Amino acid sequence: MMDAPLLRVRNLSVTYPSDDGDFKAVRNVSFTLGRERLGIVGESGSGKSTTGRAIMGLARPPARVAADELVLGDIDLRTQSERQLRRLRGKRMAMVLQDPKYSLDPVMSVGQQIAETHRTHLNSSKAEAKAASLEMLNAVHIRDPERVYAMYPHQVSGGMGQRIMIAMMLIAGPELLIADEPTSALDVTVQSQVLSIMDELVRERGMGLILISHNLHLVSSFCDRVLVMYAGQIVEICDAGRLADAQHPYTRGLLAALPELGRRRHELPQLQRDPAWMDDIVTPLETTSVKGGA
Amino acid sequence: MSIDLHQVTVTYGKGAKRFDAARNVSLSVGAGEAFGLVGESGSGKSTVLRAVAGLIAHAEGRVMLAGAEMGRKRTTAQRKMVQMVFQDPYGSLHPNQTVDQTLSMPIAIHKLGDADRRVSAALEEVGMGPTHRFRYPHQLSGGQRQRIAIARALILEPRILLLDEPTSALDVSVQAEILNLLSRLRRDLGLTLLMVSHDLAVIAHLCDRIAVMNRGEIVETTTADALAAGDVQNPYTQQLLRSNKGFDPSGGDLDLLDAVPIRG
Repeated sequence: MMDAPLLRVRNLSVTYPSDDGDFKAVRNVSFTLGRERLGIVGESGSGKSTTGRAIMGLARPPARVAADELVLGDIDLRTQSERQLRRLRGKRMAMVLQDPKYSLDPVMSVGQQIAETHRTHLNSSKAEAKAASLEMLNAVHIRDPERVYAMYPHQVSGGMGQRIMIAMMLIAGPELLIADEPTSALDVTVQSQVLSIMDELVRERGMGLILISHNLHLVSSFCDRVLVMYAGQIVEICDAGRLADAQHPYTRGLLAALPELGRRRHELPQLQRDPAWMDDIVTPLETTSVKGGA
Repeated sequence: MSIDLHQVTVTYGKGAKRFDAARNVSLSVGAGEAFGLVGESGSGKSTVLRAVAGLIAHAEGRVMLAGAEMGRKRTTAQRKMVQMVFQDPYGSLHPNQTVDQTLSMPIAIHKLGDADRRVSAALEEVGMGPTHRFRYPHQLSGGQRQRIAIARALILEPRILLLDEPTSALDVSVQAEILNLLSRLRRDLGLTLLMVSHDLAVIAHLCDRIAVMNRGEIVETTTADALAAGDVQNPYTQQLLRSNKGFDPSGGDLDLLDAVPIRG
């Protein structure tokens, strides 16, 4: 199904020191990512965003990141200096965050922001960067790129802002895109539009995508595989289409607690947390149902 | 207590700068009924809620509560009847006041007396114990804070509870707890609920009748059953329904979507 994996993560942990001893926000996290769409779901505090940030090298002290393996293509991310990481971010791996209102620079036109990424990573001239940016705006389905290029973030809608973020993140041609709640700040009718543009580009370029979200429906309808995180660990990995058949009581509890159109229940079952779910999971999980064929 | 809106219009600004946040909104909610308003940001759903609460004055039309028309200024008794729960429990509770202070304030304002008993009864009503009474908001979880916000609304014994996205800032498991609490309160206290949400499944869980808003107007009034069956007429409602089911590969209408600027 896939050649050499894009990303290999083995035994990743992120520890925050605190007055009451160390707190492991992420632990025993192992997975490999091919040229696919991988979803990470979990509730707030489950460690899903911290995992994404640790991969990007953005988990800053006092957080401590440790892993037996953290490899992007042929690069061991654990041994990279801050300077080297800065070159990798944007060029080889990129991240789209939740709200374009906060992640775009408010005092710089959106076109300049996209061009800046191009110039930084590809050493291009101003004219080249502008041409590439306009092309990229076109690729994210912005119909009048020249006009939008000169606009400032407060002048664009949320959906357009997020498409601009995607343009900026993909312009230097990274292999890995981590999207952390990319559509949570957007209206539902805009969500699909932003996701389908992201999907189109990620497919065309043969990239790997990690979609971090708390929205189970969204992840299961968009991704190929889903990792379910609870208390810093992956408790389950399953094919996205088969999330409904999930085995772990936490995943099942979450699914049951969701209100559903057409299935009105008097009372929603509330999640009963089992302290045993906190225990360390030592053997890495496999995807529960393997797709047949090649 | 019933809610009746007749052709209510809420505007901001004057002359050329006039903007109608809600236009000719009419709806009627029977006593004890749960009614939902869905729509996206900027559709005017929260504006309608605020007009019912008396937080903003409406320019045209009539707002009637229990058959009585509400004027520009409401009496204390009228205000007491209508209480509201806001979206973000992290922002709607005073950070420097304990739960006890937060809950005692409305009692003092409305000169109800018997504060001690009322506070502990309200806490019990929302499933919180006396141990939470002297805590500050930062010592509570998101779900507990929303329970306090609900208790604050209930402490005046209102007949109408207005809910503005009461669970959208909460995790799925906590959302289930709050939704269960709200349906129990409605049943036990016979409250009339008017709820706003962008999540169709959440709104259809609590409400029987639902109005869909877009750009300040109600485009369709439907029922939870019709929504579940996909039996809706307006194209916007249909798009909303598709989008709510998760990723919709058809994408959606770009022209419609590019028009709205970022708010806030």
